[in-house]
Amino acid sequence: MINHWSSENQERAKELLEQYPEKRSAVMPLLYVAALEHGYVSEDAMREVAGLTGLTSAQVQSVASFYTMYKREPVGKYLVSVCTSISCYLRGADAVLEAIEDETGILDGETTPDGKISVEHVECSGACGGAPAVSVNWELVEGLAPDKARDLIKWLRDAEPSVIFGDEMQMLFGGQQSFDWGPKEIEGAIAALPAFDPYGTAGGEK
Amino acid sequence: MTQKILLSRMEAHPSDSQTLARYVDTGGYATLRKALKSMTPEEVTAEVKASNIRGRGGASFPTGVKWGFLPPDIRPRYLVVNGDESEPGTFKDRMLLERDPHQLLEGIILSAYALDVHESFVYIRGEYPKPARRLQRAIDEAYEAGYLGGNILGSGFDLDVVVHLGAGAYICGEETALLSSLEGRRGEPRLKPPFPAVEGLYSKPTIVNNVETISNVPWIVENGGAKYAAIGPETSSGTRVMSLSGHLKKPGDYEVVAGITWRELIYEVGGGILDDRELKAWVPGGASAPWFVPAEHLDTPVTIDDIAKQGSMIGSGAVIVMDDSTNVVGAAHRLVRFFSHESCGQCTPCREGTTWLERILLRILDGYGRPEDIGLLLDVSDNISPGLTWPPAMTTICPLGPSSTAPVVSMMKYFRDEVEAMISGAPISIGGVSRG
Ligand SMILES: Cc1cc2nc3c(=O)[nH]c(=O)nc-3n(C[C@H](O)[C@H](O)[C@H](O)COP(=O)(O)O)c2cc1C
Ligand code: SF4
Ligand code: FES
Repeated sequence: MINHWSSENQERAKELLEQYPEKRSAVMPLLYVAALEHGYVSEDAMREVAGLTGLTSAQVQSVASFYTMYKREPVGKYLVSVCTSISCYLRGADAVLEAIEDETGILDGETTPDGKISVEHVECSGACGGAPAVSVNWELVEGLAPDKARDLIKWLRDAEPSVIFGDEMQMLFGGQQSFDWGPKEIEGAIAALPAFDPYGTAGGEK
Repeated sequence: MTQKILLSRMEAHPSDSQTLARYVDTGGYATLRKALKSMTPEEVTAEVKASNIRGRGGASFPTGVKWGFLPPDIRPRYLVVNGDESEPGTFKDRMLLERDPHQLLEGIILSAYALDVHESFVYIRGEYPKPARRLQRAIDEAYEAGYLGGNILGSGFDLDVVVHLGAGAYICGEETALLSSLEGRRGEPRLKPPFPAVEGLYSKPTIVNNVETISNVPWIVENGGAKYAAIGPETSSGTRVMSLSGHLKKPGDYEVVAGITWRELIYEVGGGILDDRELKAWVPGGASAPWFVPAEHLDTPVTIDDIAKQGSMIGSGAVIVMDDSTNVVGAAHRLVRFFSHESCGQCTPCREGTTWLERILLRILDGYGRPEDIGLLLDVSDNISPGLTWPPAMTTICPLGPSSTAPVVSMMKYFRDEVEAMISGAPISIGGVSRG
């Protein structure tokens, strides 16, 4: 076990390794836990996951490099992902991306010098009925007009929320939704990783 | 017919349809209770077969037939539920997971009982943490209440369900890539055969079904397969959640019975074209599907077979609508760029071909198109998928490569004059706005 990980994450790692018939299957969830520990999927993170699963570092690297959500360079506190796939493109996604680039002063793929915000374009986010769609740390906001996208960036910069809640962003900045979201969600993201309790990446109630 | 199967609970109880309390209160898990007590696994399977349900993940393969491919004497067997949903235009599984996760879970337990499976995995795309959280909470509730774990409801049947998050790779929706990914490998498709039902997860017999497919199972077992089969046309039985997006007044997820016309789907269900513009074309079944146009297809029925007969597919049930202001080269480029980004790179025609198509389309968009680019686009497409037929001829391990030609071929078939005008620099008018 990796002693510099928080005791909670050590416990998580143990559970994740046990929940599959073969240890190797835990590579993907463990990469998320390791990324939470290190801030991104660093060389050390991959080495540790290799140790836990009995794979070589090269094997873990080969897996990690296949998937776009394992960031092998540090990313900002807020990862702003703009969908530019077909349905969002038809509803003005390129203008949203431009507004965000302009407001942050950085280009697609970059991180602001203060390390707060990263911007990237992504393929379909599964929110096509609420195009154009953007997510922050993988929490969605749908029907985001370019001027609201600017407001969203300002809000991230000024309010610096410690947990990102999709419902809050939707209420403040969103528009047309893919479907009725129903009740408010009780958990949100605490890092630029998908917020999922078993991976330790989710934060509690607002 | 306005039959509702999958969305009735969330529509009637928008504030808490995702909870166990509401699920049970609306009759949930009663079917499971009944099946575990008074039905054999074979009887449950027989109902699914009788329903004629065809998979909702893209290939429309009959679920009962797939289940029948399991070799009788190899154990363990696995049930893997495909919640990777990444085909542009598709957002139905997201809703089913967020708004009614117990419906899926009861479907999983019933299916696992039918298939003699004791361990099931739900693979959810990494970009869907909220759907994953909702399902995980439902799973936690179900363990607590005795619907999961050992000796379920005193029946002696055991089942564990694990949620596995992907990490951003469309190709992991393809079932063999998904299994590779679940095994902790790169999400690269494998050659079939062997099919997963024979040799799947950890080389064991594995049934892979889509979230929506399995969400139908509780209703099928409760009401009987025959009753499900009687809804809609014989070979498109049941309801289907269709994701409508693009230039529509009312985009969204709608549960429809096959057999309505495209006109009804687009103008009534979808509310018509945004700003009352003209309809130019639509993609009938997710980014991979060849396009339809009003002059030829608007009054044809929305069924799996009618769409296939006309050279396209219902796929994941995602309808992407383009109005007359749409620049078709721009739309085709956006679709092809997706396939180019998502190619896993194993097969040369796919890896190289999609990159070429993307570059040529971008060149035309940027105003540097050459007359020979028309022939080049078709030639590259033909190299990826010889003959340019649909369903496409395969030169690759999986259908992603061939699918990438659909937007290009569609664009050339219906809008060649626009592409030519764009290349020649002649002024053209798209939706009343002149360009060039
Ligand atoms: C490139 C590609 C991507 C796919 N993506 C998905 C997907 O996201 N979700 C899904 O259920 N099926 C997807 N499929 C289809 C699966 O391979 C498989 O047929 C399906 O999950 C089986 O479930 P069903 O029979 O219930 O439809 C994809 C297929 C291909 C070729
Ligand atoms: S067709 Fe493309 S995505 Fe499919 S296996 Fe080959 S290279 Fe990978
Ligand atoms: S195309 Fe943007 S969310 Fe699907």
